[in-house]
Amino acid sequence: MEKVLEVKDLKISFDTFAGKVHAIRGVEFDLYRGETLAIVGESGSGKSVTTRSIMRLLAKNANVDSGTIMFKNEDLNKKDDKAMQKIRGRDIAMIFQDPMTSLNPTMTIGKQVAEPLRKHEKISKKEAMNTALELLRLVGIPDAEKRLNNYPHQFSGGQRQRIVIAIALICRPEILIADEPTTALDVTIQAQIIELMKDIQEKIRTSIIFITHDLGVVANVADRVAVMYGGRIVEIGTSEEIFYNPQHPYTWGLLSSMPTLETQDSLYAIPGSPPDLLDPPTGDAFYPRNEFAMQIDTEETPPFFEISPTHKAATWLLAPQAPKVTPPQEIVNRHQHFQKIMKERELVQKKLREV
Amino acid sequence: MKNFGKYFLKRVFFMVITLWLIITVTFFLMKLLPGSPYANQEKLSPEQIEILNKQAGLDKSVPEQYVIYMKNIMKGDFGTSFQFKNQPVAKLLRNRIGPSLQLGAQAIVFGTFIGIILGLIAALRQNTWVDTGATLIAILGRSIPNFVFAVLLQYVFSVKFKLFPIAGWNGFASTILPTFALAMSPLADTGRFIRTEMVEVLSSDYIELARAKGLSYWEVAFKHGLRNSLIPLVTLLGPLAVALMTGSLVVENIFAIPGIGEQFVKSIMTNDYPTIMAVTILFSALLVVVILIVDLLYGVIDPRIRVSGGEH
Repeated sequence: MEKVLEVKDLKISFDTFAGKVHAIRGVEFDLYRGETLAIVGESGSGKSVTTRSIMRLLAKNANVDSGTIMFKNEDLNKKDDKAMQKIRGRDIAMIFQDPMTSLNPTMTIGKQVAEPLRKHEKISKKEAMNTALELLRLVGIPDAEKRLNNYPHQFSGGQRQRIVIAIALICRPEILIADEPTTALDVTIQAQIIELMKDIQEKIRTSIIFITHDLGVVANVADRVAVMYGGRIVEIGTSEEIFYNPQHPYTWGLLSSMPTLETQDSLYAIPGSPPDLLDPPTGDAFYPRNEFAMQIDTEETPPFFEISPTHKAATWLLAPQAPKVTPPQEIVNRHQHFQKIMKERELVQKKLREV
Repeated sequence: MKNFGKYFLKRVFFMVITLWLIITVTFFLMKLLPGSPYANQEKLSPEQIEILNKQAGLDKSVPEQYVIYMKNIMKGDFGTSFQFKNQPVAKLLRNRIGPSLQLGAQAIVFGTFIGIILGLIAALRQNTWVDTGATLIAILGRSIPNFVFAVLLQYVFSVKFKLFPIAGWNGFASTILPTFALAMSPLADTGRFIRTEMVEVLSSDYIELARAKGLSYWEVAFKHGLRNSLIPLVTLLGPLAVALMTGSLVVENIFAIPGIGEQFVKSIMTNDYPTIMAVTILFSALLVVVILIVDLLYGVIDPRIRVSGGEH
């Protein structure tokens, strides 16, 4: 599969009055054409900072300390602001969290949707408006031609998020970054927006980076999932692998704290609190909250251990010398389910080969 | 549009009521002022004063005078000045309002324009020396009285460099220095307002979205930031515009401008009832009209408070 984006060894810190906050501490991932990669993790784990650094929309006190972001054979970290402006909105576009505040209240939506096109392409006002109209229809705004001259306050939250999506898609970007696009919406509207995004991805073959802390949403949209903790990716794999064959204790915790219909007792919560990134712990950042932590977790940062060609996790539990541990019951159930799926799949493939 | 017409008529109706209230209250308050129009003219004998009072209708009871006055202004008759060469008040003001209005308008346009630019630059270059400089200008403009600026401007530009006439009312050149002097306070106020507002607007989500579209910093500031930070400014501008257009006594005096401010104070000192009333009516009429304009401007700038509304 063709890589559209390759992030390597990304380190970002913020200068604050209290000191340097090491928000991103060596993030690495690839994004393939047409796929949806979900980045999950709790607040402060660095999901938003990672994606904002791809767009270079970081706050002024941010420093990119190291790393490369390869896009179309060029390192985005080496580009100047002018060059980044040409990429933003055209090659890489973004959808934000709160549709109630992410549209300009004093500009008609027609103008707002057409704006990236007017900026990036030599196109007449009329043509741009026509394309904007097309996009508004595509994202499902009813009576779009009548509503081009309306202002954001005349639309509902769900419709506004559709408009934001239209803005992001108007230049047919290669990469769409969606920063918790459904968090601020009602559950029913969430489902509609997710359906819309899947639908559109099929139509224009864009790659999506989907940031969320809602694992239910992830299961619904993502081809692959990256789990972030303390400024690093701790586990990455296909949705199936992350949901049914998780290996990192943090992923176990995340999945166990997700409510299901069978949840009867109180919901599981990971004990402790996220690491202080002003002074990040050595070793595995998760060890203070990890009931399976070993001596080495406090001393050395675990490397990625490969579980399958698509699945790797950074935990010392996967080291050959590590003792065998029994994950929580919930996870054991998931592993069994995974084994079952894999067996069935093998059978199917075997039969296919015979045929 | 039908909604708008209804709204407009309603507003005009309330404007008339407001004006009537102001006229009535001012009329009776004015009668409470100590002294009478001719009392301080020592050359007149008591008999002569009585004749003059009778001629001006001042011998009647105050309510009677009020009814007569109201009837007269309905007909557009504002009476005759007691002091200024017995001229009709309307004519007196007509000659005087021009310079005051012109100066005020020039000052407000110049002041807000420069103020907006100053505030914008300060906000966009937040916490740099540019920002500090702009803040300093705003503080000076706000705290130093405009007559001090007036004298300073006269000294520098007229006495030292001889660029502009020092005083008088002869053509555009003579309006420049008084305009600068008057513009300082709107400039300072606008600058401060725009800076605060712009800093807030620049941190909002739609600004980030605009950046994500690939717009440059300045495009974002002008296309998305400016209009949204103008909304509170409009509130400030209304009363300020009236204050400036109705004349500034001291500045008009320093530059020897035949404006209305000077006349207003003189008329109060001499109990020149018709002039006091006429100037009050003029000022309040200007104020209510400006307030209406301000309310309509809100709608132009911010679609969310537009009266006619759109379809939902």
